[in-house]
Amino acid sequence: MTALADRPAATDAEPKAGAIPSFDVTLRIRRYLPESSHGTESYWDEFTVTVHGTDRVLDALHQIKWDHDGSLTFRRSCAHGVCGSDAMRINGRNRLACKTLLKDVNPDKPITIEPIKGLPVVKDLVVDMEPFFASYREIMPFLVTDGHTPTKERLQSAEDRARFDDTTKCILCAACTSSCPVFWNDGQYFGPAAIVNAHRFIFDSRDEGAAQRLEILNDKEGVWRCRTTFNCTEACPRGIEVTKAIQEVKRAMITRAF
Amino acid sequence: MQTHQYDVVIVGAGGAGMRAALEASGRARTAVISKLYPTRSHTGAAQGGMCAALANVEEDNWEWHTFDTVKGGDYLVDQDAAEVMAKEAIDAVLDLEHMGLPFNRTPEGKIDQRRFGGHTRNHGEAAVRRACYAADRTGHMILQTLYQNCVKQNVEFYNEFYVLDLIVDHDLSAGHVPEGEEVNATGVVAYDLATGEIHVFQAKSIVFATGGAGKIFKTTSNAHTLTGDGMALALRRGFPLEDMEFFQFHPTGLAGLGILLSEAARGEGAILRNSEGERFMERYAPTIKDLAPRDIVARSMANEVREGRGCGPNKDYVLLDLTHLEPAHIDAKLPDITEFARTYLGVEPYTEPVPVYPTAHYAMGGIPTNIQAEVLRNDQDVVKGLYAAGECACVSVHGSNRLGTNSLLDINVFGKRAGRAAAEYALTAEFHDLPEDPTARVVAELEAMRSRPDGERVADLRKALQETMDRNAQVFRTGESLTEALDDVRALQKRYRNVSVQDKGRMFNTDLLEALELGFLLDIAEVTVVAALNRKESRGGHFREDFPKRDDVNYMKHTMIYRRPLAQEGEAAEVFDGSDEYFSHSEEFDDYQVVLGSKPVTVTRYQPMERKY
Repeated sequence: MTALADRPAATDAEPKAGAIPSFDVTLRIRRYLPESSHGTESYWDEFTVTVHGTDRVLDALHQIKWDHDGSLTFRRSCAHGVCGSDAMRINGRNRLACKTLLKDVNPDKPITIEPIKGLPVVKDLVVDMEPFFASYREIMPFLVTDGHTPTKERLQSAEDRARFDDTTKCILCAACTSSCPVFWNDGQYFGPAAIVNAHRFIFDSRDEGAAQRLEILNDKEGVWRCRTTFNCTEACPRGIEVTKAIQEVKRAMITRAF
Repeated sequence: MQTHQYDVVIVGAGGAGMRAALEASGRARTAVISKLYPTRSHTGAAQGGMCAALANVEEDNWEWHTFDTVKGGDYLVDQDAAEVMAKEAIDAVLDLEHMGLPFNRTPEGKIDQRRFGGHTRNHGEAAVRRACYAADRTGHMILQTLYQNCVKQNVEFYNEFYVLDLIVDHDLSAGHVPEGEEVNATGVVAYDLATGEIHVFQAKSIVFATGGAGKIFKTTSNAHTLTGDGMALALRRGFPLEDMEFFQFHPTGLAGLGILLSEAARGEGAILRNSEGERFMERYAPTIKDLAPRDIVARSMANEVREGRGCGPNKDYVLLDLTHLEPAHIDAKLPDITEFARTYLGVEPYTEPVPVYPTAHYAMGGIPTNIQAEVLRNDQDVVKGLYAAGECACVSVHGSNRLGTNSLLDINVFGKRAGRAAAEYALTAEFHDLPEDPTARVVAELEAMRSRPDGERVADLRKALQETMDRNAQVFRTGESLTEALDDVRALQKRYRNVSVQDKGRMFNTDLLEALELGFLLDIAEVTVVAALNRKESRGGHFREDFPKRDDVNYMKHTMIYRRPLAQEGEAAEVFDGSDEYFSHSEEFDDYQVVLGSKPVTVTRYQPMERKY
């Protein structure tokens, strides 16, 4: 997984012209291996690996798993920030491991890697995603329409389409929800991701389910729990203005305008 | 061991699997088994669009789309299937719009359309606007929309369950089927990642929608999880795979990384340039230039690099130039891919050209099906109760080279057909008895890997496989390079028998799964190389430098490749198409042989012509 050049051996004293310099990095990883002798106690484990200027945190995790400790467990799939599998806490911030370049997270010091917070940890960096998806399913994340389906497409102006563009980008990685202090303290809270996906339909001019969705989110565990800390916006690897979307849902609830 | 019974079991929850589920679950009791959470599937990485001749922005019709698909596939396309796809494309797009997919819109509010490689007006006159899109995240929107509708319909999912075996009432890999007997698929064996428990799913119909196998190569746009599982399981049970030698190398992968930059960039006006700044595609495809089909563009790029006109310190890539496009236009139409260039290469596409090189992208071949998505067990008979759709299948609408956007179309059209056919068959069929211990094979394999104290490491073998495939079976191939690849794969298959894993646990053992996935990859690489060695011509994505011309007289046929037992002494090996000397090759491995056969190409309207753009 190197860019533009073959990976030089770690022992190369003088990198060849055009080669990307490699460097050593230490990862401090929160381990949880309930089947091991550690039992249900989590602990810190450190690994030092040699990586490249363009390597991502995921590359380092793979190197550890493939060359050092096969039991290190994490989810990943696409490896370029579109599937949403590998959200984790990197130096205390929620990020996608495949979208975070090692050189950008101060590799001079050990980089801490932990599972995202607020969801039960299953093994190492893997958490149980079911509560997260259950909240998502509850907000009716699908187009609701009345009447018969037209034979051709429903018309929608470019402006109406743009109204909810930002929230269509969500990849359900849970980086936002698991960065939210309200969610940490109260797992019943729907959380930012579910509200983002409600927003995506509430503001879609073709949709007629907004009133029902707003009713669901008007619940005591709904949008009013949001304390506007902006953690979610900062955490979103897709650059969605999550807090803004939540505010728009709150406003829609008061004004019933959407 | 837990056992479940469903009318329909769908394996895979990408675009094809979920499209099938939406059809099947309303008609019959259906379960979807997926190795990932559905929204993690690689359909979500598709960027550019989905073609359909809606004619929303300019004149177009499905017959032109059919022609482009056939010509794009270098005439190895089954034309009846291409016709079905191009005709049903229109409803497939409208279905998605009705389900809520947020397509980009024209000023009148209709679905907007843009240009894409190989899609033309009136049989090649000029590029046509046929691709319906949602910015450069069309696949993401399709995956989300299908999942949303599965939530709406309460589709039952088994997430993070890995299907490790297909249960059939005749094991063809062990011998012949007696004349007149039917072969029935009866269930699958799955491994629950969370607990390590084995589950048996008995089903009347099974749909394979397991995706591609790009991880046989090192440089690939494919996800880590695309390891050819479904294809390999079919092969292991003695079913053929079709046209495995045809693999698409997408021209514009980020250099060195393989991450995809959509063809939509060129559709929106981006230009490929060599180290001299020359728009070299003008030489290779004078009419449609940078929008020529992917096989041609990828080969042209590789050729520029070979002839010393590559860019960068090692002269090993070319440049994709978007700098003449308005930043606002780039942001509106290509936001994600320009972000990839910034994030992963530190290149600003507004002002700097982006380093690109071909990346292994798509398997044109796969599990052979007819246009009802029924799986074939030879060149004509179907397996009862078994269906396949999407990249794991070969129907064959892509022939020897798939056109851009036609994969998103394929999953929707044939996913829908597979789901419907599977449910309808299930409503008329009975359950078949399962063997006494259906899990024996899987359990033995898992336990052997887990309990072997020390052995070969998965990562070493996988790296060696990917390196030999990149070196020897990529854009340019020769008999010599392919023989080297085959020797390497054979050696790796031997070493694989001694593979061991470090993680000996039951829960969430991804170490063990990577070992199993490597087994699938090796099987797929093996038949890919054997088929590529046998096809001594150049067509579409398969380019043999030692046989640079297309040879319609001898090779205008689909390759069918089978795994069969070694011939016993004094017994003739099972031969397919014994009369056909060009498809009579077989390769003996240690405990089985790989045997080639063929299947005729369905030609309806278009006779093969020389392919010029």
